[in-house]
Amino acid sequence: MKGPKAGERKRIFGGFVRRGAGRAARLEPAWSDSSARPAVEMIGVHKWFGDFHVLRDINLKVERGERIVICGPSGSGKSTMIRCINALEEHQRGTILVDGTQLTADLRRIDEVRRDVGMVFQHFNLFPHLTVMENLTLAPIWVRQTPKAEAEEMAMHFLRRVKIPEQAQKYPGQLSGGQQQRVAIARALCMSPKLMLFDEPTSALDPEMVKEVLDTMVQLAEDGMTMLVVTHEMGFARQVADRVVFMDEGQIVEVNTPADFFANPQHERTKLFLSQILY
Amino acid sequence: MNTPPATQAAYVRQTPVAQLPPPASQSGIVGWLRANVFSSVLNVVLTLLSLGLIALVVPPLLDFMIIDATWTGNDREACLASAERPVAGACWPFIWERLAYFTYGFYPVAQRWRVDVFFVLLAVGIVWLLAPRAKARLWGALYFFVVMPLLSYILLLGWPRYGLPYVPTTLWGGMLVTVVVSAIGIVFSLPIGVVLALGRRSKMPLVRLFSVIFIEFVRGVPLITVLFMASVMLPLFVPDAWTPDKLLRALIGVALFASAYMAEVVRAGLQAVPRGQYEGAMAIGLSYRQMMALVILPQALRTTIPNIVNSYIALFKDTTLVFIVGIFDFLRTIEAARVDPKWATPVTSTTGYVFAGMVYFFFCYLMSRYAHDMERRLATDHRRRRKRGRR
Repeated sequence: MKGPKAGERKRIFGGFVRRGAGRAARLEPAWSDSSARPAVEMIGVHKWFGDFHVLRDINLKVERGERIVICGPSGSGKSTMIRCINALEEHQRGTILVDGTQLTADLRRIDEVRRDVGMVFQHFNLFPHLTVMENLTLAPIWVRQTPKAEAEEMAMHFLRRVKIPEQAQKYPGQLSGGQQQRVAIARALCMSPKLMLFDEPTSALDPEMVKEVLDTMVQLAEDGMTMLVVTHEMGFARQVADRVVFMDEGQIVEVNTPADFFANPQHERTKLFLSQILY
Repeated sequence: MNTPPATQAAYVRQTPVAQLPPPASQSGIVGWLRANVFSSVLNVVLTLLSLGLIALVVPPLLDFMIIDATWTGNDREACLASAERPVAGACWPFIWERLAYFTYGFYPVAQRWRVDVFFVLLAVGIVWLLAPRAKARLWGALYFFVVMPLLSYILLLGWPRYGLPYVPTTLWGGMLVTVVVSAIGIVFSLPIGVVLALGRRSKMPLVRLFSVIFIEFVRGVPLITVLFMASVMLPLFVPDAWTPDKLLRALIGVALFASAYMAEVVRAGLQAVPRGQYEGAMAIGLSYRQMMALVILPQALRTTIPNIVNSYIALFKDTTLVFIVGIFDFLRTIEAARVDPKWATPVTSTTGYVFAGMVYFFFCYLMSRYAHDMERRLATDHRRRRKRGRR
């Protein structure tokens, strides 16, 4: 069931189980030899929507090259958590470090972080008034000041990688959902991000198109991209993830290797969740 | 599927069904009539009522404008009813003779070529900027927004040192004034309106407050009041030497007035752009200005084209209000000419108004058609998306 690749990824040992819901717990991966800075570090992060406490004491450290799958019931704060990482949502307490840069209210610093963090949305969020090529080259040209020819060359490179180079001159509205999502992935890649966030990338797709998007993501993972993926695709989690993060009611309830997460869940809530979704 | 298992457990299609053309009642003239004109009882009634209305209005209008009309003549005598011509229709010679006045107002006869050149410059600019297949549109924009206004200013007002005698704006009139006022209003109201709309949605309280106050104040006051303020009140407060030209004051008044309305139109468009577009733009690292200029505004303005053109058409007609402060716009010249004793007949006023109506209709319909065309040109990807990309 699991490919040979799962064996190669032996650097994953970190298992963490939250026992008391209210107590703060730091997440220290077992292998922390870190000479390199972690890609993302969240320390004691809290967030409220009005009176609603959406994120409660989130502590998570993501090393470079790590692939994290975040799952949990709807409304558990998983999307909000990864949206905090590129400051689409503002957190109210705690510290978020992205590649060593702290996210504060400083807009310039937020723009800098966003340049290096790619994001793929549930509803693609491609720009409907621009062609696929223009969607891909917009940010490289305007943000990175890449010359147009070079940006287009790079765009074609990534379109070939997501296997739709022939759609370059079409508008997003002319593509299928799966193709649009692959364009969205290519658009994020064109900024050469150090980290990619996926917010339920396959939830809005027709069943027949889920696989083509997941294939693209697996390929990306094999290339060593650091990825945080919010998804309900448990097959993807099994195959690709280094760690699975399970969230409920705004808290991280359990963090584990996919093997242990599925075979041997520790927390009651995790067991309940898995029994609900695994048919 | 649920056929009894004894006879047939499963079904497998052997031959594909080919695509067939739709039945005749769905297409062609018959289909069109059925779908659009006689589709329901109410529509049948409306169709018949409309036909009746057309029969009531159009023949008398044609009688007046064409069949009974006077086409040649030198003064009022030609247009009067007489024994051999009991009904006198439109008095067209009056329009021919006064056409120059309607176009230039009191602009000195010897200098009127300058106005003609201005009209040509403007037409070139409009075509260059708006024609679907125009080349080098960026240069077109530079010409339209920088070169042409400067040239027109010098041309119309004059530059005595280089042999263009000074023509004060008090002598301007007719179509010239209508075109200048509406062109300035149209060109300035959109960018100012965009800035105000963005200001109203800004997170900075001071900017937002200023935008809201400006928009609500200007919208809450009739244009006539704005014009009165500009032309009557302002000189009372400001020394003569500082008072800008009367036409200029009216221009500024009209432009600001139109901007307030435009701001709300643009704001509606901004709100129609889904949140995901903002997030998509932010997530790839665009700054606020880049996001607005490259992603949000193009979509917002596209969805509001009908409303923008609506404002433009209203503005074009509203410009007639400048006559209140003594500026001779197109309609005012007709008003002035129709009481000229030389042409005083029972039909002169009607003729003048019919002519004015035709001219205004021509310009407004032109704008409306162009906007409709542009909408269709720009909306292609949206429409396809609605049809195909349901999910």
